[in-house]
Amino acid sequence: MKPAPFRYADPRSLEEALDVLTAEHGAKVLAGGQSLIPLLAMRLAAPATLVDINRVPGLDTVETTGDGVRVGALVRHDGLLRDSPDATAAARVQPLLARATANVAHPAIRNRGTTVGSIAHADPSGEMTAVLALTGGSVTVATPEGRSTVGWQDLFVGPLETSLAGPAVVVDAFFPALPARSGTAFAEISRRKGDYAVCGAGVVVTLDEDRRVAAVRASYLSVGLVPEVHDLTEAVAGKPVDGADWAAAGALARTLVDPDGDIHASADYRRLLVGVLTERTLAEAAAEALERTAA
Amino acid sequence: MTTKLFGEPVRRREDARLITGKGRYLDDLGAGALAAAFVRSPHAHARVTDVDVEAALDVEGLVAIYTYEDLTGPMAEPMPVLIPHPQLHAPRTGYALANGVVHHVGEPVVMVVATDRYVAEDAADRIAVSYEELPVVVGVDAAREARATVHDDVPDNVAARHHQETGDVEPALAAAPHTLSFTQYIERSACMPLEGKGVHARWDADDGSLRVHSSTQASTSVRAAIAAKLELSLDRVEVIAPDVGGGFGVKIVHPWPEELLVPMAAIRLGREVKWAEDRREHFISSAHERQQRQEITVGFDDDGRITALDVHVWHDNGAYTPYGIIVPIITATQLVGPYAIPVYRVVVESVYTNTVIVTPYRGAGRPQGCYAMERTMDRIADALGLDRAEVRRRNLITPDQFPYDHRLTFQDGRPVIYDSGDYPGLLDKLVALVGWDEAGALRADAQARGKLLGIGMALYVEGTGPGPYEGGHVQVLGSGKVLVSTGLTSQGQGHETVFAQIVASELGVPIDDVEVHTGDTRRFGYAVGTFASRAAVMSGNAVALAARGVREKALRIAADVLEADPADLEIDEGQVQVKGTPGASIPLRTVAVLSNPLRYAFDQAAQQATQFVTHDDSKPPVAPGDAPGLEHRDYYSPIRSTFASGAHAAVVEIDPRTWEIDVVRYAVVHDCGNVVNPMIVEGQVQGGVAQGVGGALYERMAYDGDGQLQNASFMDFLMPYASEVPDIAIDHQETPSPLNPLGIKGAGEAGVIPGTAAIASAIEDAVGRRITSMPISPTELYDLMRDETAERTAGSQQVPLQTGVPA
Ligand SMILES: Cc1cc2nc3c(=O)[nH]c(=O)nc-3n(C[C@H](O)[C@H](O)[C@H](O)COP(=O)(O)OP(=O)(O)OC[C@H]3O[C@@H](n4cnc5c(N)ncnc54)[C@H](O)[C@@H]3O)c2cc1C
Repeated sequence: MKPAPFRYADPRSLEEALDVLTAEHGAKVLAGGQSLIPLLAMRLAAPATLVDINRVPGLDTVETTGDGVRVGALVRHDGLLRDSPDATAAARVQPLLARATANVAHPAIRNRGTTVGSIAHADPSGEMTAVLALTGGSVTVATPEGRSTVGWQDLFVGPLETSLAGPAVVVDAFFPALPARSGTAFAEISRRKGDYAVCGAGVVVTLDEDRRVAAVRASYLSVGLVPEVHDLTEAVAGKPVDGADWAAAGALARTLVDPDGDIHASADYRRLLVGVLTERTLAEAAAEALERTAA
Repeated sequence: MTTKLFGEPVRRREDARLITGKGRYLDDLGAGALAAAFVRSPHAHARVTDVDVEAALDVEGLVAIYTYEDLTGPMAEPMPVLIPHPQLHAPRTGYALANGVVHHVGEPVVMVVATDRYVAEDAADRIAVSYEELPVVVGVDAAREARATVHDDVPDNVAARHHQETGDVEPALAAAPHTLSFTQYIERSACMPLEGKGVHARWDADDGSLRVHSSTQASTSVRAAIAAKLELSLDRVEVIAPDVGGGFGVKIVHPWPEELLVPMAAIRLGREVKWAEDRREHFISSAHERQQRQEITVGFDDDGRITALDVHVWHDNGAYTPYGIIVPIITATQLVGPYAIPVYRVVVESVYTNTVIVTPYRGAGRPQGCYAMERTMDRIADALGLDRAEVRRRNLITPDQFPYDHRLTFQDGRPVIYDSGDYPGLLDKLVALVGWDEAGALRADAQARGKLLGIGMALYVEGTGPGPYEGGHVQVLGSGKVLVSTGLTSQGQGHETVFAQIVASELGVPIDDVEVHTGDTRRFGYAVGTFASRAAVMSGNAVALAARGVREKALRIAADVLEADPADLEIDEGQVQVKGTPGASIPLRTVAVLSNPLRYAFDQAAQQATQFVTHDDSKPPVAPGDAPGLEHRDYYSPIRSTFASGAHAAVVEIDPRTWEIDVVRYAVVHDCGNVVNPMIVEGQVQGGVAQGVGGALYERMAYDGDGQLQNASFMDFLMPYASEVPDIAIDHQETPSPLNPLGIKGAGEAGVIPGTAAIASAIEDAVGRRITSMPISPTELYDLMRDETAERTAGSQQVPLQTGVPA
């Protein structure tokens, strides 16, 4: 379990990083290394060059505005959880971020792994890919040609596969703010605490001005090849929060997903969990939406 | 007396070293050594048709490549059948490097030696081995069906047919008022020590000697195996087990191919060579345990008393049988547990599969035996509508029945005669500790929270401390330091502390003066190894006897000096003194100096022992039959094993929507005779329970039909984290063993034995469906619950869940 030989570059600027990525065919960005290094050690990946972006300045900030939260490429998972003004501001504007991040792995991994790295890694079992989808987020991609914004729908192509090709560094991920009169919840079931989820669910419930359910959206982990957002509104539309049949929304969700089975869970079991987690998280999110509507 | 530390919760002296990173493990040695890596078979069953090393030859830093063709003499022969047995009629072992056919994924085919492990793996990557694939046998059922064979010349895949019976079982079953027959399964798991295996070898060409460090549980026997296989004289080979990061059984197997190949390469190259196993190698080329199919028929009366028991076990032994049939014999003989079974017959068919070998993993066949017996008890209770604790109580061997002869032959070839125990006592304590009789209230409370609650128990008896022997050496130096040595190895259990406690207590010295060494053939050449919960029983008694020998000699010498009768002397805090006469004393270290008559005084203390200082002209300085030095070597060899016992209970809560299973309460009552160190025993129990929970709910070896292990990493092989292990309530009972001087029984493996049985029982109690296969995960429980054909227990009426489960 030793990686194959690779060259290593630790550029001091984004330009330099892009230069190396351009010059060295098969170069790969290294951020927190929590996904990439195990792949190298098992020789499942053997990039010719690693471009370590950890010394590139300016990528380690969490910027929160009324529009949403912008998370820089070097912000560690823990940066959204830790007791800090940045994390608190982010949690206020988009609470889903911290709620989901709390389910990512264990502290040691959260201290190194990055939110953006998780997204670039495009693992449909990851929390952050689902959150980016559910919030309707996007990433900023720097290439030698300049910067562009790539929406989540255009980013995720397949398991561990994004649309990014050629020399590119994701400089940040942007998570739009939770809309007015909305609440969110996140829950997952894993075999052991901190493991990748067997199934997870993130939901957003939005109420109308009469405090009736106006919109319900959900995104799931470890279900399907790429993150998807499912609209469950029709099951509960127009219902008051305490009169909504969240189980019906769960049942609808079960018909919309197409999970795979693996050694930890059958497809049927995942489908079961989609229903249960949907029902449980919706009740919680709706309660939050009600609270935020009252406020 | 302050030095009587036997029985005290002395803190583990090895911990400071081990938990602050100061341990000296295999991979900490030989920083400049060449590194070995292996090309291993990617196929479960295949003929090697070609090995092409060409592409590897220009890797910079490559030093050597070995294939089977390079092996000579005994190295070219099959690996030894370590424990032969007359009923192992078709033993098969592999070769150090594959010779023709590979029989499981992970078998070593080519050895590469290079300047470091990275380079060795680079070169290994470039070696192209061609295979012709052969039909694959995976799982005990496929092996039974024998549509394909693992070894050409074993057409039924049966390696051994082990058979024991204590009476005529068929008429006894025919006469039984009730009988039940059922089949159940238990899956594979593995030891998974944090440190994998590892070997480092250094050949001293000038001296013609070999020094090998191995992360082993049996250094003396590894030494003998290396000497035999490499055709070296035993006195030219030293084997040392450094700090070892866990063993749990996998490191008792030896010699591993790497344990022979690394020294071979070191000799041929005249360079230090090291191999440290990585995790993937450990998964696919070390050892697993536990898979069995158990077919059980039991006869019992209206009270639930067993009248006859007939068990047929199909045991998956993997591709080879280097460790003989120890695991199936233990299952066969320990299955009966604490119960009096009037007539018992057991047949174990040990079958080959194209998977990693099966050798002892903590518990070593006992968890399976316990699972068979305890689930039988649950079935009887369910059939008769009796309380499960009550059925067990009615079948227990009673305290007045000891020594109790089961009329079976144990893994050491000796009779299964229980030396002592109090099984009703265990059961009573367990019932109280877990709150067995309050289960109804717990169930109602859980139900109010939307959960299903179940409770289960399992009892076991564990034969521990089998022979043939262990030895101990105790020596008092002139500095007052007491050196203790035993050949048996340590893997972090706390041997240094326990043996020091024993010697300090026996000798009457401060524990800080005692230094313990284990597993080093330079210090102690005769030993068997660490397995079967035998360290405290075997080496504990051996070092106690050695310490008693030293004490006797010390008193004799001191009596001369103090002009007293040895019987009037005592040793306390390192001082030999006349009882009741303050001041009339001599330090033990001075006795040590005097024990060695000297011509030369190399230091101040030594002057006391030189020839013009000591006087008595009437005797030679060293009396006939005596020896210089204050030291003694002694051995403990038991007539047979001593039998520890225990009882566990688990309370589980199950979410009836997600089928997540949570062990919310776990109780252990434990009896290992006299306890040397209760803190260490509790630690052993806790660790064992963690592994028991792992085996019941999380761990399995997920082989696919092609014999590929799909979960060969810690990401997918789910050992429980601390967050999955319940808090454990522990109560002790001490029934001393009459068989050994210290009255102790083994404690190392016990914690793991009843986990699977107790948790299966608790889940069955919670959901009212028969649990016939373990481990069980939420996804499997969900499948069981929505399977209309799944058997409901009679007790299922009390389960709140009566409606079907949505598909
Ligand atoms: C034991 C363990 C448990 C884990 N459990 C979970 C879990 O429960 N949930 C979960 O979501 N994750 C889990 N992870 C993964 C962890 O969250 C990683 O941190 C994350 O997946 C990747 O982030 P990273 O910064 O470590 O990226 P790296 O490992 O450095 O890179 C991952 C991939 O993304 C690319 N990449 C990274 N950053 C950029 C960038 N800025 N621009 C372009 N490409 C980039 C790399 O080239 C690489 O292909 C676990 C990891 C471990 C080791």
